[in-house]
Amino acid sequence: MELIWDGLREAARLWWTGDAEIIEITLRTLAISSAATALALLIGIPSGAVLALRRFWGRGLLVASVNTGMGMPPVVIGLLVALVLWRSGPLGDLDLIYTPTAMVVAQLLLSLPMVVGFSLASIQSINPRLIGQMWAMGANRRQVLWLLIRETRLGLLAAVMAGFGAAISEVGASLQVGGNLAGETRVLTTAMVLETGRGNFEVAMALGIVLVLLAFAVNLVLTAVQQRRFIA
Amino acid sequence: MTTDPDTTDTNTERAEVGAGDPHLQVRDLAVQRGGVPVLEIDSLDIRRGRVTVVIGPNGCGKSTLLGALQLVLHPTRGTLLLDGAPMHANPVQTRRRMSAAFQEPLLLSMSVLGNVELPLRLRGVTRRRRRAQAEHWLQRFGIAPLAGRHAQQLSGGEAQRVSLARAFASQPEVMLLDEPFAGVDAPTREGLIADFADILAETRPTTVLVTHDRDEALRLGDDCALLIDGRVRQTGAPAEIFDRPADREVAEFVGIENIVPRERWPWPLDAPPGGLVCVRSEQIGLTRGEGAVIQRANRVGAMVRVVVDVDGVELVAQVSRPLWSRLDADAGDAVAACAPPEAIHVLPERGAPTSPEERSRG
Repeated sequence: MELIWDGLREAARLWWTGDAEIIEITLRTLAISSAATALALLIGIPSGAVLALRRFWGRGLLVASVNTGMGMPPVVIGLLVALVLWRSGPLGDLDLIYTPTAMVVAQLLLSLPMVVGFSLASIQSINPRLIGQMWAMGANRRQVLWLLIRETRLGLLAAVMAGFGAAISEVGASLQVGGNLAGETRVLTTAMVLETGRGNFEVAMALGIVLVLLAFAVNLVLTAVQQRRFIA
Repeated sequence: MTTDPDTTDTNTERAEVGAGDPHLQVRDLAVQRGGVPVLEIDSLDIRRGRVTVVIGPNGCGKSTLLGALQLVLHPTRGTLLLDGAPMHANPVQTRRRMSAAFQEPLLLSMSVLGNVELPLRLRGVTRRRRRAQAEHWLQRFGIAPLAGRHAQQLSGGEAQRVSLARAFASQPEVMLLDEPFAGVDAPTREGLIADFADILAETRPTTVLVTHDRDEALRLGDDCALLIDGRVRQTGAPAEIFDRPADREVAEFVGIENIVPRERWPWPLDAPPGGLVCVRSEQIGLTRGEGAVIQRANRVGAMVRVVVDVDGVELVAQVSRPLWSRLDADAGDAVAACAPPEAIHVLPERGAPTSPEERSRG
């Protein structure tokens, strides 16, 4: 019990004094996971729309892959990305292993199926006749996509939350492709693994609290947007 | 409108300048669904500045035709022309010259004003201009006070007014309407149709109106095309189709209840032998007298539907309730029945209907 109390006290102190390392790790975590989520949205929403609206050969297989991807163990993704980016691997020349970029790639691959899956589900729930009306109003392809995103914004915000949640909470892949290098690729989750292993529970707890608060803050903002019934 | 571009009728129409020339042309159009043909139209012209009503039984291909004109479904073959140019050449540009409204209002989840502005926004019209336009059309449809309301907070009638205001907002050359009044309850509908008719008379876009409602067709339509089994069965003025159907199927669809073989027709008739005699039930008159025996009578709204037996032929008459009271008759009683000659339309058993001239010659 004392261990927990000490941990909480130390966490509060680190927070209060604005520990430089914790702030740096927090900002890096936010940057990497946000980048991965943004890319996942950029690729995932249009892909979800295409899967929802078009019928083509191999569509069923793709949808099944997306659904599988939503439950893919991060450590498998980490292994795959590590194999590809490894110095002797197919993209080894890019020299990306153990860099933040590699971590963005791994987290992107983890959150992409979430974003595609949620987008697919919410766009598919739109009345197909409403989509017909969009075309009839004179919308071009890009405008239809924009209107679809607008109409499904509640579902798509769920996609953002799921995608960001998958990216920021993940540890295995980040360790495998980032290597937890201090000042370079150390993020909240990998730092927690390290500190827990060393027995520095108070630091691990401080990091854990930051991680939970960060995830909570992001979701709070997104939920506020989502639940505002009528967005202009 | 005509189904045959080579008739003299069309040529004289073409000689006219402006209103009346073919604006939309359908040529050799075929649409299949799951390998089954649902629409096959050899030729159909929609005339400029007029309201063409498309009628027909459920599943006859009315909505499919509209979908094809909106370029939202892919025909197996055929050409659609707008002002003589192929509509498929640039679908987005073509659609921007048109607008559509359906039985469902199909509003987007934004404000009423936002919905009416949207077609203009998609066309890149500046905020100030599109706002002014949208407000004008909301005013015209009597819903200006709803401008700030969210689309999901409207009654069915209000939502349909928004949908129609949106259709007019882009000032389209062509308006494609699929049963826009069918989902609105009766009292609201009357006012909506009246407003719509006024606005249409003022703006005169080329309009294609799909409907199953006879009154709507007669009231709003200048031209009419009747579809059965995916084919155009008859074209002409709406009154012409309702009163002078081309064949038995059309006659049944337009609600002609009395279709009697010529030989069994109980009254003298100045027409050659053969064929079918068609008379609308509201055209059969009943008076006190002899000659017909009442089989049964049922109230239908403001009317009474009376089945009478005239020389072994059952005829249906619809009379007003006051008239029925004055007759003071019931099942089994004798009355006099008659059908005015101008109400009688004789169909040949097969093929085209006899024209009035042919009948007078006969």
